[in-house]
Order: sequence, then structure tokens, then C-alpha cells
Amino acid sequence: MTNPTLVIRGGLIVGPLESFLGDVLIADGRIVEVGPSVTAPSGALEIDAAGCWVGPGFVDLHTHLREPGKESAETIETGAFAAALGGYSAVVAMPNTEPALDSVAMVGYVLERGKLAAVDVAVAGAITIGRQGEQMAPIAKFAALGVRLFTDDGNGVQDAGLMRRALTYAQPLRVTLAQHCEDESLAQGGSMHEGASSSKLGLIGRPAIAEELMVMRDIELVRLTGCSMHFLHLSTERSIALVLEARAQGLPVTCEVAPHHFTLDETACETFDPEFKVHPPLRTAADVAALRAALRAGVIDAVATDHAPHTPESKDMAFDEAPPGMLGLEQAAGLTLEALGGAEADPQVFFSVLSRGPARVAQMREQDVRVGHSAHGGAVSVGEDANLVVFDPKAPYVVDRDKLASRARNTPYHGRTIHGRARATIVRGRLVQLEGNLQ
Amino acid sequence: MIDSIAGGNLVSLATLSQRAIVEVLDTAESFVEVNSRAVKKVPALKGKVIASLFFEESTRTRLSFETAAKRLSADVLSLAVASSSVKKGESLRDTINTIDALGIDAVVMRHSSSGAPVQVSRYVPHVRVINAGDGQHQHPTQGLLDAFTVRQVLAARAGTSGRESGSELFAGLNVLIVGDIRHSRVARSDIEVYTRLGAHVTVAAPGTLLPPDIAQWPVTVATDFDEALATADVVGLLRLQKERGSGAFVPSLGEFTSTFGLTSRRAELLRPETIIMHPGPMNRGVEIDSQVADSSAAVIEQQVRNGVPVRMAVLYLTTAGTTLESGSND
Repeated sequence: MTNPTLVIRGGLIVGPLESFLGDVLIADGRIVEVGPSVTAPSGALEIDAAGCWVGPGFVDLHTHLREPGKESAETIETGAFAAALGGYSAVVAMPNTEPALDSVAMVGYVLERGKLAAVDVAVAGAITIGRQGEQMAPIAKFAALGVRLFTDDGNGVQDAGLMRRALTYAQPLRVTLAQHCEDESLAQGGSMHEGASSSKLGLIGRPAIAEELMVMRDIELVRLTGCSMHFLHLSTERSIALVLEARAQGLPVTCEVAPHHFTLDETACETFDPEFKVHPPLRTAADVAALRAALRAGVIDAVATDHAPHTPESKDMAFDEAPPGMLGLEQAAGLTLEALGGAEADPQVFFSVLSRGPARVAQMREQDVRVGHSAHGGAVSVGEDANLVVFDPKAPYVVDRDKLASRARNTPYHGRTIHGRARATIVRGRLVQLEGNLQ
Repeated sequence: MIDSIAGGNLVSLATLSQRAIVEVLDTAESFVEVNSRAVKKVPALKGKVIASLFFEESTRTRLSFETAAKRLSADVLSLAVASSSVKKGESLRDTINTIDALGIDAVVMRHSSSGAPVQVSRYVPHVRVINAGDGQHQHPTQGLLDAFTVRQVLAARAGTSGRESGSELFAGLNVLIVGDIRHSRVARSDIEVYTRLGAHVTVAAPGTLLPPDIAQWPVTVATDFDEALATADVVGLLRLQKERGSGAFVPSLGEFTSTFGLTSRRAELLRPETIIMHPGPMNRGVEIDSQVADSSAAVIEQQVRNGVPVRMAVLYLTTAGTTLESGSND
């Protein structure tokens, strides 16, 4: 069955370099016409985009779909629904499932299940078996399946020698290793940022230096090996500065920041509410300000959610016993817009950090060698795969944890008013979400 | 800042004003007399049910609280949950909801995790929550009984009563707290209560046993322990967890004792009127020598004795006014 022809009317079409008001006509999974006023065939489904931004669907580099192993918290299906509501047309599934995505069978399983999901599902493979940081996973076999990102996320690869070998092995395969930067010898046992709040609360801290030291180490390993590297969820001012400095020196490094790290600070933990527990932890107000400034300056490659579903019972534990992580897919774009200056934000930067940048990092663009998924992060021009979002930069809504598409409820934004929401999400030419309703 | 704990919870001293603290001390003073009667009981909490919920083992604090509750005629539900909720496989919320279903007015709880009483106060907002020590966060009743003991000693010396003196005996008082400040809930509560009452607090410890942000705390860090001892009016020692001395935080217990232990040799530096305190249980020979612990300057047993009236005061203030909701009220 073919999808009905879609026409997006009267939105601000946000290309990589310029924006203009117009219509987009979509048929057979592709963009077939873009112009000030297109003529749609009869029976076409019209989407009113007045006052909205029309751009490439968002791409999340950092989604925990929990399947296989923790389906009580999230499945590939429900995680993809959350993504669609958030305006995402593609997500990269993190490998810290149970078992980990450290074998061809497990990677293949997620890719196959992903084909049935509402959005495109790419996979990040584990760097090491069981994410234990001891023995390399079959990186070349994963690459043949189309895997372009590798990480032990949740853990950083602690052993510098092993990390060097993994980078050396990965370099000729043209894949990217992504690191969760936290040196466990400094962070172990900690459950929030080490600082004034942790000290007052009597909670063991995960200091900024634990993250920054691994960022420093890995930059030097990239210099040595030439392999490209992506830094996951950087949370401190110094981490960002280090990566920018390395990039200025021509090193193949990219980085992402997560909405919670540029929205919330360490003081949120003073309620002892485990919804605010995350690794790396919520940092200082100064770090939050630095991350927002870097986002506005357009120097961050991607905003990534680190969407981490957990069951209510696991979050109803004491703060230091509860698992780290929080939901993010459904609120990320609105929070990114807020950080970029709200409705006055530069739409080019907005789509750069939410779509074009992450699509480049994940090698999901039209010009990349792709296996099994359509092209993302495009220019909104004729002939492209129709992965698009219609984003209303003014729509206010109140976050309600009981109305999320995700199976889990662990949002730190319950009750918060957010301005900016995806009005429609189109994946491979199919309307998957309209005005908050899954189609 | 909260001006009274009456009808409220007691999870931390960080939010209590001087007035709220003095109210507890004054109330405790009125209960001291009850404990010296032949019949040590008043009907203040008759009909109230207090759950004593210890997720972390403790004999002294538990006995002290349960004694206090019984002297106020409350019914005590004593539940030993000496394993962590994680090991039991039950969430903290489920545990407290189960106990709440039995019908309780207040819960006295100890937990190895910082903040657990704060979470419980959100789960069962209609139940009064009294923190009996949570992780490395707070031990409010220890802080209160320490301040009560200091005021009692100083008031007796001045020939007045604690109640008469209010907080004035603390003005300019030099309190020295020694040992594992970083991991100590007692230190956090003591620092709050002493500074709020107007005392000046100095801390002395190896760098690894001070919190990383100690410069932002309202205390002075002693650069010379011996000098600090010589000018202290009160010396509060802390229990050093034996595992801290295994090389991770200090090279050995012996090295800690030689640098920061209150040895009998070092005790000679103290002025005769200096009060020596310890929250117990003591590691004799580690943070304090036996001769010092047993000297007349040490008020360690007096602290234990005062635990009961102070906890009676806390239970009375927080719980007396509450009633189980009944539909028959107008």
C-alpha cells in the first residue's frame, strides 16, 4: 500500500543556508516539489504549517530503547513513538541492552525490529564484549551491517591501551567511536555532581574532572590514531572547550550535548528526587550557561537526548540506589529551542543541532554509504527521502508524565511549560504524528 | 528557614531557624524531669502510633528513640529492616506504603542512603517523618542533643538554666569538630546547629576527610590541630569508620591517631574547662584515648542520657498535634 500524497502548506522551509516561506509536496516517500505554492493532486493530505518551521526530521544520536532485556521500561516500538512525537525521523539505539548489542545476532535483532518502528532505527554497536572494557566486539562485522557508531555508553572504555587499539582497528573502517567520558576511578560510587550541593546533601560526587580527564585522554588518542571520535553528552564548560580546541587543530572530533545538561543544574538534586539522577550528572549553573552559549554560537555538532527510560519502581529507590537516566525524546526539541532563544532562535542552528549535525555524525545523510535506512538531515529539496518535521516554535504545552508515549514515566520536566513542539513528523513520506497524535 | 518543627517533619537541621532549635532545646529541658521520676511516663502521645524503621542497624539511636516514644505513652511499631531496600527487591515507596497501611502517625527512620527520609516524606505526606540518620546527610537529633548537652553544662557553670539562657551561652563559643567531616552526617548536623546558635565552628581533619568544597562551608579549617585544641571551648570527635583507615582515605588508622587522634598527650593542650564530646560508638585508641574518654572533661554519657529528652521533645513537637483523618470532624 502506498502512502497518500502529502502537502505541507505555508511553513518556513529551513534549508541549510537559507529559509523561505513555501510548500512541500511529498509522494512515494520522496520530496517531489518545493516552492512558494505547489499544486497538490486531489486527495492529497494537507498539513497546515502556518507559523511553523519545516525542516529535516530530527535525528537522535543517543536513544536507549531498552529492547532487548528491559521491555518493562521501553520497547523499540514505544521508544520510536516517543521519537515521532518529539519530531524525530531517526534514532540511534544505544547498545547497553541486556544482553548488550555486542554480537551480530543482537545488532541484527534490533535492526530488524527497528524496520517495523515508526521512525528509522540505526544501531550503535558496543566497542567491547558486554561493554566490559576488556575484549573488542566484532566492529568490522557490525560495520558491514551498516553500523557507523560504536560505544560502550553507560561505561566509558577505562583502559587507555584498549581504547587505543579499538581506535586503530576502527580507523580504516570509516566508522566513529563514541565515548561516555567518565573516569570511574574518579566517579565510582558517586550519584551526582561533586560540588556544593553534593557536599551539603552528603551524596558522593562524580566530579567534573572525571569527565574532562577522559576527554583529554581520548583527544590525544585521536591525535595518535586518526580515527574519528564522537564525544557523548558533554556536560562541562571545560569539556566543550577541549573538544573545540581539538577540532580547531583539525582533529576528527565531534560532540553532543543533552537537553538536561543545558536545562537543569546540580541544585535540582537537592530534592533527593531520583528523577534528577543521571550520568554524567547535572552540573553547575555556570556549566549550564556555558553549554547554552556554545549551542547558540553554533559550535556544537548535535543535541542528543540520552533518552533513558526506567520503570517507576526502579526510580522509587533511595537516590544513591536508583539507576541513572531520564527521558528526553518528547521534550528535547522544545528545550533546545528554549536554549537557543525561543521563537527568536536561528532556525538554521536549530535544525543543525537537531538534524543535520547528528545525521552527519551518524553517517545517515544522502551522500553517506547507508545500509537499511533512508537519508536524514537533508536540505528539504526535490528528490530527497521525505524525512521531515513541521515544528511550531510557539506552541506552549505542559509536560505530563502520564501522557508520554514512552512506556516509562521518568521525566524530570513533569509540570514544566515548554514552548515549541513538533506539529507533524513525516518518516519516509508517511505521516507518523500529527498534533501530538500518532497516526 | 522554619521557625518551629511543631506539626512538621524533622529531616534536616539545615532549614531550622535559631528559634526552632531553641524551641526543641527548651521543650527537651522540660522532659528531663520526667526521666528522673519514679514513674517515667507522661500521656502526651497517648494513642499515637510511631513506627521505628531502621534500614541501617543501630542499637543506641533506636533504643533512645523507642524509649522516648514510650515515655510519651505512644505505641511503638518496631520494624527492623536491616537490609537495604534494593537487596529486599522492594522499592522504598512500597516499603513505606505498607507500613503506612498499618496506621501510623509518625515514622522514625534511619537509612544508609542520604535523603531517604526526604523521599519518604513525599511518599506519605500525612505521616510525620523524623530522621534518625540518613547516609552522610544529616543526623538532626544528634546535633540537637549535642547542643542541648553543651547548653546544659554551660548553664550549670553559669548558675542558670538552659531555658533562661536561650542561645546566649553559644555566642562566641569555639567549637572544634575533629575527624571524618566528609563522610559524617553528625558533622553536618552539628555544624548547622552550632553555627545557627551563634558559635564559631572550626574543623580539623586530613585533607581527604574534608569535603572538597569545605572553603564554602561556614567553618574555619584548622591549620594547626594542636593550636586549635588550645583555644577550643568544645571538642567534638567523630567516629572514624575503620574502612577509611585501610589506605584509601588515610594511610592507616595509626597515622590518623598520631595526627588527628585526641591522645592523652594531646589532651594536655586543652584548657581545664573544655568540654569533650563524642556521638558514639567510640573507637577507643583511634580517635580518642581511653583515658581521655573516661576523664571528667568528657560528657559522652551525658550526651547519651540527653538523647531521650531531646527525642521526646522532637516526637512531641512533630507528632502531638496531628490527628488521623476521620470523617466525623466538622
